[in-house]
Amino acid sequence: MTDTLTPGIVAGRLSAKEIAANFADLHAPLDPHEAAVAADRCYFCYDAPCVTACPTDIDIPLFIRQIATGQAEAAGHTIFEQNILGGMCARVCPTEDLCEGACVREMAEGKPVEIGRLQRYATDAVMARQDHPFSRAAATGKRIAVVGAGPAGLSCAHGLARRGHDVVVYEAKAKPGGLNEFGIAAYKSTDDFAQAEVAWLMQIGGIEMRHGCALGRDVALAELEADYDAVFLGIGLGDVNALDVAGATREGVGDAVGFIADLRQAADLTALPVGRNVVVIGGGMTAIDAAVQSKLLGAETVTVAYRRGQDRMGASRYEQDLATSKGVRILCNVSPVAIHGNGAAVEIELEYTREAGTDLTGTGETIRLPADQVFRAIGQTLAPPDGIARAGTKLSVSGPGRTTRDKVWAGGDCTPGDDLTVVAVAEGRDAAADIHAVLMGDAG
Amino acid sequence: MADLTTNFVGIESPNPFWLASAPPTDKEYNVRRAFEAGWGGVVWKTLGSEGPPVVNVNGPRYGVVYGADRRVLGLNNIELITDRPLEVNLEEMARVKADFPDRALIASIMVPCEEAAWKAILPRVAETGADGIELNFGCPHGMSERGMGSAVGQVPEYIEMVTRWCKTYYDKPVIVKLTPNITDIRKPAAAARNGGADAVSLINTINSITSVDLDRMCPEPTIDGKGSHGGYCGPAVKPIALSMVSEIARAEATRGLPISGIGGVTTWRDAAEYMALGCGNVQVCTAAMTYGFRIVEEMKRGLSAWMDEKGYARTSDFVGMAVPNVTDWQYLNLNYVTKARIDPEACIQCGRCYAACEDTSHQAIAMKPGRVFEVIDAECVACNLCVDVCPVENCISMVELAPGETDPRTGKVVEEAYANWTQHPNNPMAVKAAE
Ligand SMILES: Cc1cc2nc3c(=O)[nH]c(=O)nc-3n(C[C@H](O)[C@H](O)[C@H](O)COP(=O)(O)OP(=O)(O)OC[C@H]3O[C@@H](n4cnc5c(N)ncnc54)[C@H](O)[C@@H]3O)c2cc1C
Ligand SMILES: Cc1cc2nc3c(=O)[nH]c(=O)nc-3n(C[C@H](O)[C@H](O)[C@H](O)COP(=O)(O)O)c2cc1C
Ligand code: SF4
Ligand code: SF4
Ligand code: SF4
Repeated sequence: MTDTLTPGIVAGRLSAKEIAANFADLHAPLDPHEAAVAADRCYFCYDAPCVTACPTDIDIPLFIRQIATGQAEAAGHTIFEQNILGGMCARVCPTEDLCEGACVREMAEGKPVEIGRLQRYATDAVMARQDHPFSRAAATGKRIAVVGAGPAGLSCAHGLARRGHDVVVYEAKAKPGGLNEFGIAAYKSTDDFAQAEVAWLMQIGGIEMRHGCALGRDVALAELEADYDAVFLGIGLGDVNALDVAGATREGVGDAVGFIADLRQAADLTALPVGRNVVVIGGGMTAIDAAVQSKLLGAETVTVAYRRGQDRMGASRYEQDLATSKGVRILCNVSPVAIHGNGAAVEIELEYTREAGTDLTGTGETIRLPADQVFRAIGQTLAPPDGIARAGTKLSVSGPGRTTRDKVWAGGDCTPGDDLTVVAVAEGRDAAADIHAVLMGDAG
Repeated sequence: MADLTTNFVGIESPNPFWLASAPPTDKEYNVRRAFEAGWGGVVWKTLGSEGPPVVNVNGPRYGVVYGADRRVLGLNNIELITDRPLEVNLEEMARVKADFPDRALIASIMVPCEEAAWKAILPRVAETGADGIELNFGCPHGMSERGMGSAVGQVPEYIEMVTRWCKTYYDKPVIVKLTPNITDIRKPAAAARNGGADAVSLINTINSITSVDLDRMCPEPTIDGKGSHGGYCGPAVKPIALSMVSEIARAEATRGLPISGIGGVTTWRDAAEYMALGCGNVQVCTAAMTYGFRIVEEMKRGLSAWMDEKGYARTSDFVGMAVPNVTDWQYLNLNYVTKARIDPEACIQCGRCYAACEDTSHQAIAMKPGRVFEVIDAECVACNLCVDVCPVENCISMVELAPGETDPRTGKVVEEAYANWTQHPNNPMAVKAAE
């Protein structure tokens, strides 16, 4: 019988029941009484720090007060006015680094108002009825192409459609949602939420979705520029960084994003293979998600190997604690030197590192960990479209997403700024407002 | 250990916590449980005349106002007096009193405003061995429509008359329970005293509608689509009751009249406050209805611990101690000047003080970069609003300006001498007096 101790990369380490429990909602929804109690803790701050910390500037004290006064749906509308993907953000935002981290009750007692869960309560109330709170403005006759149906593209498309423009979304994949659908940890977005959210968002009307249609492959930027009044690029980061160590191409070595995408698309998680001893290279959210989900699939040991100190990890403290609580080991100041094996990976060799400022040097001492599966989670990079100037590794933009080409805007992970769902939503939203202003002739 | 024994108008009880006349004291079963739990006394659920008892509604009789987490802040009821036959109540009272001789047992009575009715019931109550009676002149609903309860309590002449009858036909202490549904509480209290009452107890419940059902468009509690005002009690009414108690404690006509304090007593502290304002003991209803009889344990331990801490050996040591400090506005010292001070260490930067002062007070708080909040002394009138709305206890305090300091708001030097409105130059009466 297959179990956690079965060597190699195999499926079915845990029973269907264990898998179901492991991948259940990370934060169960609040019930009405819990929501009332949680909402009551909000002080209705003046010029509230939580709002400042929210990349989409949701009026948090207002929506929480609406929950407290028994109007969860109205609270949901307040959220959607600023953030049309408020439902997903409620589930995936690293609130400890954003709104909840800034909440005055965090400063006061280390226990912030549960803004994320309250946001979910309010947005769920609206979406439970699939009620769409907005209607379209009169048609403007303008047509805009949005490339990428991730958070940035969806947010932009909705903002434009709402203002009366016609939008065509070009999405390379067969499904919309971007990393909401393919990247976010399964226990954060349960019950096919990403697809439900897109369907709900599309109710605004005026958005045509063209799947399997990739910019650069099926359509050229120049074509879009010629055919549309404006173009928005929300293409995310298509490539992953390569791991440059001996044995990096052994069987069993793969990239974390691909593993997570497979996991998110698997119809039956008991059929998804995972190693007995998994090592994830990296220190960001992707590394943590790959590690936690490997463990939840039934791997015996899972180690996150990060080359710098723990305080430098990209994943928030909360995410790190979540990982360790699930039994993931976080090993810091180690850098991979080789993956050993005999065809397939068997062991990974890591060298200890020492940091001096930003410099990282190997100490010469190494350790070996059993590893029949190794995931690379050392960052994603832009697969840049031709003809747009870049700033570093990303697309160069000024103001609300204006690229160096007149009719082309961009936002989300493909542009500078934090790679977060909520940031992508904000950038898509602001670009939509700017595109509208430019097209309608009242841009500054 | 402090001695909690109290002697209220000659009635001894092991502690000052009595249960008010209400559902907790409705029958033998409840009262036995209450005594077993440690209550010092009970005022039995109000008795009516002999004959068929009143009937209650058969739908909801309570409505409630909640604070956070469904904490009961206010309770409203449309219950009437006892709906059980008089004889049954009297038999039970006698049995309970015999079994708990050290506890106070008071009979609450409400019969029509006729001498014969009182003359008939009083000897029968006396036979139970009850320690005294309480005249229910308070009930604001139902009974008042029949000319009893607050309908009597709102007419001082009736109070005096009925009290006199009771003093004539009954030889143990007579306590008159007052309704707060009146403009000047001193009037009925004085009437009770004139009629010979040994004490007053207050407050009974306040006319109220707790909420409106916005779907059915009717007040709550709702009986078949209609609602009637009820009587309000619980923590929400305590400030009103305390003020009324203090009025009676300090008015010339009623000063020294023993008072049993009622209204929202929920903790030992509430009781201590009532007693500091002159009450010899307190009565409790809503708190027991919300939490059960065991809360008396917290009240007893709490009061006792506080008395030990303060060095009060018995309750009479502090009863009434706050009364001399209750005065009229016109006698408050206008030379007492304070300024709000925000402790930056304690401040959690919520900005509530700023919003409150900026929008609704005197624009006396500056919001500086980095969410630093500071009081502008030149604007602060010391209203205390910021202190009240600040979520952090002791974060904002009121600091007194010492005599000799200049108040930057008025530019005046703070004077040491006490000076009040009666002496103030802006007071036309004061100017006249000076001339
Ligand atoms: C594993 C993982 C976990 C994460 N967890 C979190 C989290 O918990 N919380 C959080 O806030 N953020 C998280 N993030 C980050 C977050 O998912 C991204 O910041 C966010 O999805 C960016 O949105 P986007 O629209 O810019 O890009 P994406 O979501 O990447 O969407 C881009 C879309 O464009 C499409 N596309 C790309 N190229 C083309 C092309 N040439 N033509 C047509 N279509 C194209 C893609 O198929 C995709 O649908 C996580 C990321 C990863 C990888
Ligand atoms: C359901 C209910 C019934 C009451 N019935 C009587 C009564 O029969 N006689 C009476 O004098 N007071 C009655 N009261 C008033 C209480 O004795 C008491 O005066 C009032 O509730 C205030 O005290 P509290 O705030 O502790 O509840 C009743 C109160 C309630 C809640
Ligand atoms: S900072 Fe916290 S308490 Fe203040 S408004 Fe925001 S959620 Fe409420
Ligand atoms: S005491 Fe009143 S006037 Fe003074 S700062 Fe506070 S709120 Fe403003
Ligand atoms: S109300 Fe209190 S905690 Fe809030 S900003 Fe003012 S002083 Fe600070």
